[in-house]
Amino acid sequence: MIEVRHLNKTFHLKSGDVTALDDVSFKVEKGSVFGVIGYSGAGKSTLVRCLNLLEYPDSGEIRIGDGKAVVLRDGQATIDGRKMTGREQSAMRRGIGMIFQQFNLLDRLTVFDNIAYPLQHTGRNRKEIEKRVWELLELVALTDKANVFPSQLSGGQKQRVAIARALAANPPILLSDEATSALDPEATESILSLLKELNRKLGITIVLITHEMAVVKRIADRVAVMEDGRIVEEGNVYDIFSNPKAEISKRFVASSSLLGKMDSLIRENAELAEIREGEMLVRLVFEKECVGEHVLTSAAKETGIDLNLLLADAEYLQGRPLGGIVGILSGAPESVEKGMAYLQEHHVRCEVIRDGRVPQNGGA
Amino acid sequence: MEEFLKTAAPNLWTYRDKFLKSFSATFEMFWKAGLIAFAIGLLFGVLLVATKKEGIRQNLMVYQVVNAVVNVFRSIPFIILLIFLIPLTRAVVGTAINVKGAILPLVFGAVPFYTRQVEVALSGVDAGKIEAARSMGSGTAGLIFRVYLREAVPDLIRVTTVTAISLIGLTTMAGAVGAGGIGSFAINYGQNQNHPDIVNACVIILLLVTFLLQSLGNLLARRTFNRALFVRNRVKS
Repeated sequence: MIEVRHLNKTFHLKSGDVTALDDVSFKVEKGSVFGVIGYSGAGKSTLVRCLNLLEYPDSGEIRIGDGKAVVLRDGQATIDGRKMTGREQSAMRRGIGMIFQQFNLLDRLTVFDNIAYPLQHTGRNRKEIEKRVWELLELVALTDKANVFPSQLSGGQKQRVAIARALAANPPILLSDEATSALDPEATESILSLLKELNRKLGITIVLITHEMAVVKRIADRVAVMEDGRIVEEGNVYDIFSNPKAEISKRFVASSSLLGKMDSLIRENAELAEIREGEMLVRLVFEKECVGEHVLTSAAKETGIDLNLLLADAEYLQGRPLGGIVGILSGAPESVEKGMAYLQEHHVRCEVIRDGRVPQNGGA
Repeated sequence: MEEFLKTAAPNLWTYRDKFLKSFSATFEMFWKAGLIAFAIGLLFGVLLVATKKEGIRQNLMVYQVVNAVVNVFRSIPFIILLIFLIPLTRAVVGTAINVKGAILPLVFGAVPFYTRQVEVALSGVDAGKIEAARSMGSGTAGLIFRVYLREAVPDLIRVTTVTAISLIGLTTMAGAVGAGGIGSFAINYGQNQNHPDIVNACVIILLLVTFLLQSLGNLLARRTFNRALFVRNRVKS
């Protein structure tokens, strides 16, 4: 649905050059939800703006749907080897809806007229437009707010209007630029479930950028992790969560799970993680769809290890269980060895946070 | 009323016809010059915002030309500008006196000021709204008419009010060099003939007009902030 190849973009600022996109390539399958996560300044906002040419990459190629590839040369959009006209660019943008962190509704238009905005001046007649707007108002459950101005709405309602507006002209793609970052948790949840519903019901392909792992976890199928203008890791959300490879991905995963918070917990509550000689503080992550407890019980039985649970966390991601345990592993040296091997065999990844087996080594 | 005026402002009463004529001359200068300045100032303001660096239609040549013209005419005091423009006024409208001869210099005096104010008002439109409109496929015209000019309405009303009030000031100055109107009436019949009641009456009428303009401006600005002036209620059919 969306194919992006070798996008590059450098901003020339007074304070120096900033590389916002550094050879970025990826593909988004039709009907999927593609998350892009990164800290602020990672280039994700620039990336999503390049997809609908709100921003022009210096070089690279963008292909939307079955359309012709838009080739960027020296910051200019070309198609078929010639410069793309303003009209062509507008047409391309109309095929891609976009929602924003600050909603960006027009304050002097009613909810109804905001949603009608992308439909007006496009050759549609008034009846047709009105019918479509009412449909959209129903879709986002705001029929009773048709004649109200944005300033009278809550943040969540504003974003619903923005979504309706973005989808008014039936674009097959929706870009979301931190759409839930300005919302409270409840509104965030309602917006995310609305997006997921639109994705499922209407088959809209969604590209969403965020700095919150929880958002990715909640609705994305695939995720790309960005840092310094590059995609450092890309994959299925479940795989990234269960086994992040890049350092920054690990940090993001840690930020959204209790187990990841172990490091800071250790710092704050040292007594919690105190271990005696011969013991180990470990993090066990269940990588495959196994039932943790069962494996642990049998590991204890068969190898004679003992596991004292400190933290446990389990959740469902894309319908598959994902979880882990932080605990203190103890037992005779050889049974500990055996126990760890046993766990590995049964798809339980074992990370040693603190090792008390070597004398005089209490540090992490 | 008649008795009151006769005793309180005898000179004004004597010259009441001249006073009313002056007032209507001022009013004529005001709305004619105002209307033209409004159109040109709006156009220049839009040009500046659209063509500036990173604007929706960046064109630094146009920007710099308009910017320079505005700066030059803004830095000339109006009374000097009036005299300076006499040859041009004569060439364009055939005379440099009376209401007819005052319109052109008034426009030159008001446009630079108004252009700057419009520029500020339009710059106040959130860049996010522009971006959103672009993402929905709006081109330059759509961005100007459907976003910039519409979203900036309350601020445009405010700056238009300020400009209108200062334009009244300019018309009285034009009066000093032969344009007629309330300004010249105050000087010729009030000051020069030592009739303080006439000067006072001119002050009062100008105060009144200013007050009315400001109140109307405030009201409209308030009524258009975060809403349309007239709301069309949509009912689902």
